[in-house]
Amino acid sequence: MNKKIGIIGVGQSAFVRTYPGSIRELVFESFREAMQDAGLARTDIGATVVCSAPEYDKQRSPAGVIAEYLGLNPQPTFYAETLCSSSSTGLKLAYSLVASGLHDVVMVIGFQIMSQLTSAESQERMGRGADILWESPFGTMMPAYYAMHARAHMAKYGTTPEDLALIRVKAATYGQLNPLAVYRKPVTLEQFSDPASILGGPVAIPLRTGDCCANADGSSCLIVACEEKARAFSKKPVWIKGVGAASAPVNMAGRDRLTGLDVAEQAAAQAYRMAGITAADIDVAEVHDCFTIAELMAYENLGFAKPGEGRDLIGSKATYKEGSIPVNIDGGLLSKGHPIGATGGSQVRTIVLQLRGEAGPIQVKAPVFGLIHNIGGVGLYGNVTILGVD
Amino acid sequence: MAKNELDTRFSEFGTVSFASVTRVNDFIGHLEAGKLTGTRCAKCAKIFFPPRAQCCECFSSEMEWFEVCGEGELVSFSTLQYAPTGFTEETPYTIALVDYKDYKVFGRIDGSIPPEELSVGMKLKAVPSRTSNGHLTYLFERSPAR
Repeated sequence: MNKKIGIIGVGQSAFVRTYPGSIRELVFESFREAMQDAGLARTDIGATVVCSAPEYDKQRSPAGVIAEYLGLNPQPTFYAETLCSSSSTGLKLAYSLVASGLHDVVMVIGFQIMSQLTSAESQERMGRGADILWESPFGTMMPAYYAMHARAHMAKYGTTPEDLALIRVKAATYGQLNPLAVYRKPVTLEQFSDPASILGGPVAIPLRTGDCCANADGSSCLIVACEEKARAFSKKPVWIKGVGAASAPVNMAGRDRLTGLDVAEQAAAQAYRMAGITAADIDVAEVHDCFTIAELMAYENLGFAKPGEGRDLIGSKATYKEGSIPVNIDGGLLSKGHPIGATGGSQVRTIVLQLRGEAGPIQVKAPVFGLIHNIGGVGLYGNVTILGVD
Repeated sequence: MAKNELDTRFSEFGTVSFASVTRVNDFIGHLEAGKLTGTRCAKCAKIFFPPRAQCCECFSSEMEWFEVCGEGELVSFSTLQYAPTGFTEETPYTIALVDYKDYKVFGRIDGSIPPEELSVGMKLKAVPSRTSNGHLTYLFERSPAR
């Protein structure tokens, strides 16, 4: 029997194109929300796990700097990194620290400031999140790797660029409702079909600009507690029911297929087993839609759809708020923007608010289980977390 | 090469190389001589492409080189209209994964093949080549019609 471990506080800064401040100030914004949410004093925090992807800002070893700024000395702090899934990895580490009995309350901080680099420089950094010996010298970047997955999926299953565009249309539907999102405008299929429009312009064929999430600056904060502390501090603790994580060969040459992400399937299988549930039990999900094809593959890798049938799920609007399995109804990365290290924590925050019944205009009806799918690199690191109300 | 000099040949690989020293720098010498090569473990015969100097299967560091020859099948590809820093002058270019059955090879497709003639499953052959800035690389070319 797994120990009951809860999430008692969540926070997120606004995700913006350019944050006019430093990483410590950006982190403070989500820290304040999470601390006020949980009603904690700084001395209640036993340890912090700080998560980001390296080389976007100049600060080396950011954990120490951030712990000091938040007034969390002399408690231990350390840094965790799995590229875009860093804060989900941080959550798993926090779970472990609490489950082991080493600490009663652990904070997970995710952040990224990407605006200090040009877009081409960011793509170069991201390209070096792949294999710098054998892939990066060819001029790789994240959209192109995911475009290769899209092409493979289209060739095998007949998925179309329009199926992918529908995912962005859904994201924009909900992004308009999210005050913390970067992109809050509606998106239509017509915009996609015009190659001269911004959204319809090709980036890495077959992906268009509208298929890609935007870089952003942002931070997220989660507070994890043992059962006793969770019940003492929180009227509505949300429980961590399952955690799963996996890794895959970094070079595409080491992958068995490009039509899905093995790490997502493996992490999901672990998380479902730990929670004692199946995909059919999930009431609301946040998946890593860094690109539209990534959300479509997530439908299939998480068991919401059979392989090749992800297009039917979006086509029938099953992943809208009123559908059988609402996905990314906070707007997803496509609307919120993707401040690498902060993204996982933001996804978790959305599901925690859903399970508490505090999700406002996007609240689904009485959810019992919620799932978070957070991928690092191009299916290099996979993390699936299942949360529950009980 | 002088005694204490590092073998930095790997800095010649690709338009922009992010590393200069590996234990498989002979890969560069082979490419210069017109051969694309991988490694095979001398102890357990496990095949590696990209090449590596140590075997994770049997822990041996005795490796033999083999030449990547014949044709493979195009697994997938994408044409970049936008590129990272260091590559922006080369757009558009097409990256691809080609399956040789015993191993797969990641690289670029010969830019002279019109993109509309590319399709998943077509046969391609990796051929040593030079980048636009004169560095060493390899390109996937159309396999001769049979």
